[in-house]
Amino acid sequence: MTMKYTKDHEWLKIEDGDVAVIGITDYAQNALGDLVYVELPKMGRQVKKGEHFAVVESVKTAAEVYTPVTGEVVGINDNLSGDPELLKKSIEDGWIAKIKMNNPEEVSAMLDKAAYDDFLKTVE
Amino acid sequence: MKTTALHSAHLALGAKMGEFAGYDMPLYYKEGVLKEHEWTRAHAGLFDVSHMGQIMVTGPGACAFWQHVTPGAYDKIPDGRAKYSVLPNEDGGIIDDLIVSRLGPETFFAVVNAGCKDKDIPWLRSHLKFDTDMEVWEDRALLALQGPEAERALRNVLGVDTSDMPYMWVIEDKGLLISRLGYTGEDGFEISIPQRDAVHIWDQFLAHESVKPVGLAARDSLRLEMGYPLYGHDIDDSTSAIEAGLQWIVAKDHTDYIGAKTILDHLQNGVSRQRVGIRLIDKGIAREGSELRDEQDRKIGTMTSGGFSPTLKQSIGQGYIETAFATVGQKIFVNVRGNNIAAEITELSFVPAKTKSMKKKAA
Repeated sequence: MTMKYTKDHEWLKIEDGDVAVIGITDYAQNALGDLVYVELPKMGRQVKKGEHFAVVESVKTAAEVYTPVTGEVVGINDNLSGDPELLKKSIEDGWIAKIKMNNPEEVSAMLDKAAYDDFLKTVE
Repeated sequence: MKTTALHSAHLALGAKMGEFAGYDMPLYYKEGVLKEHEWTRAHAGLFDVSHMGQIMVTGPGACAFWQHVTPGAYDKIPDGRAKYSVLPNEDGGIIDDLIVSRLGPETFFAVVNAGCKDKDIPWLRSHLKFDTDMEVWEDRALLALQGPEAERALRNVLGVDTSDMPYMWVIEDKGLLISRLGYTGEDGFEISIPQRDAVHIWDQFLAHESVKPVGLAARDSLRLEMGYPLYGHDIDDSTSAIEAGLQWIVAKDHTDYIGAKTILDHLQNGVSRQRVGIRLIDKGIAREGSELRDEQDRKIGTMTSGGFSPTLKQSIGQGYIETAFATVGQKIFVNVRGNNIAAEITELSFVPAKTKSMKKKAA
């Protein structure tokens, strides 16, 4: 499965059919700067597409992270609580949460890599 | 947007720029806020603060003028001494906070906030008497050099020896006005420079091994660790100097200044809210605007500045709280996005100041 993206700079990767792994893109990481805290969602929480479900805090600001899909939080990356900078390391280390999707079709509306890269060219 | 004389120097350094008080200013440079903060605490950070207002007041009435527009006693300090103060309004609120330096019996130099200068200058002018002149220095840059290695960098770069110069003193040397003070809690200097020399001196400082450029973001985290108030956030025209915990700037036996009625009343009868330091005990980051709550979830105050302390690696801040809760060690909650996070009241300063003594060494 390839990566999908949102205009809010989240990335999503499908794992095990209907489970989506979600994180924030390099662009968002660079815009935020030094990360100091990640507020994770609670396990089992039901989230709706477009709802904010996590907050990434940098020295400068707090950024809400929105879920591109509807479903249940079935995994959270607890390592981020102790070391928020892990978020920048890789997809394997820096994911935020896993969501078991109610409607995997929602993913098809997201941007692919090429479309996201084109979108980045239009933002400063 | 307005710019300072160092604007192209910031761009050349790859600074992330942002608007501050109508100026396009460097928020941070390539290494980022945390590294700049730590560098300043360990070595010396160089800040462009040329957006601030520099004002000269001269004449036989200059001292009386400052004693009318601030609660400070400028007749009791020696020439060469700088004093922190505020400009109270008629109701005792704060129009701005500032540093006023007595350069001579009839010569005073003041530095005011960038965001306030457009209201400060007409206010000050309206209180000038015929025997006093005021000149706004539009053609001067202002650099802050802050950190334990600032004294050495100043000596190496400008050839100015300040080893005998106490904290909160000012000297004039080589056409520069050098004040030993700052907004970081470190030893350091603010240097007023003719604009035409600003880029040259900036570059010379940056060529020194101890010095790196530091932006406004780290300037904010550095001052937050010291518990210094930021105008427009922690103090404003609705807060009195006493509510703000600035009793120490109010001169004894000085009662004849603007706003004195409220300030003296607050001094004598106490205040219903006070500015305090706040430290989060549980995880999270609390920022400006977060409500302070008691155990019954009742609102008892508001955070006016808050963020991550790079030195303590935890969330700190300041705010106003009902006086009954304004005791160091008092447990409270800070509401962040609907969640109450356990916190406690602390002293305003979270990190000990490393500034020099204010006393002159005996000759």
